[in-house]
Amino acid sequence: MSAPTKIRATIKDGVTEVRVLMQHEMENGRRKDEAGNLIPAWFITEIKAQHNGRTVLEGRFGTSVSKNPYLIFRFRGGAPGDKIVLSWRDNRGDARSDEAAIS
Amino acid sequence: MRVVEVAVDLNRRKALKTGGGLGLLALLGAVGLIRPEAALAEWQMSAFDAKTMNEALDALGVVVPEDSASIQLSAPEVAENGAVVPVTVESSLAHTEQISILVDKNPTMLVSSFAIPEGTEGYLSTRIKMAQTATVIALVKANGKFYRVSREVKVTAGGC
Repeated sequence: MSAPTKIRATIKDGVTEVRVLMQHEMENGRRKDEAGNLIPAWFITEIKAQHNGRTVLEGRFGTSVSKNPYLIFRFRGGAPGDKIVLSWRDNRGDARSDEAAIS
Repeated sequence: MRVVEVAVDLNRRKALKTGGGLGLLALLGAVGLIRPEAALAEWQMSAFDAKTMNEALDALGVVVPEDSASIQLSAPEVAENGAVVPVTVESSLAHTEQISILVDKNPTMLVSSFAIPEGTEGYLSTRIKMAQTATVIALVKANGKFYRVSREVKVTAGGC
């Protein structure tokens, strides 16, 4: 089970700034555990952010994105109370979608 | 600690072995020997598998990136922890449609790639892993053309 993504969106001068903190190990597949076994790669491969159903950002990740990926992006428009949805999918096929309102 | 170093070394050897194959695929795509659709479907995976800068740029469909003063790349001069290096890319180019972040000495060079729809600003801030002191490159596609800026980041303790 994956942990919820933290999303914070604020509007200033007509531009909405979205801060996102996803909870994910982002294992690169080259690290070893204490017994010396290779830890398999496990990482988010794609993300999508939507504002009231319209896509405002799409991203593809490799294994060089830090553990618990953090993102800040900005788009024009938005109003307090509007819905921001952030979804991701990882290389194991696990996916989740979280939402927050613009404040 | 020694075990980890050996693993990294083996991986590099594997990369050297497979590197030629990937380059060939990109070349075949470039001269039109494989269907363009197939080449497109291939981009995402091959771009992240790229082990050299030219392979990564090929896989992203970059012809000749131009340096641009309209892109700002912020990253620390010295990063104490290579596992978490903050990077911010800001492009004031009109119609910025894609932002990619690459690190030239990481085992996989392409860190992340973002599609910027109309209405979203050419601004992106994130945290990346760096294996060692290397050059961070921001590659921006605006109005169909590619631009780039780069900045060296000294890494005290690598984290990849």
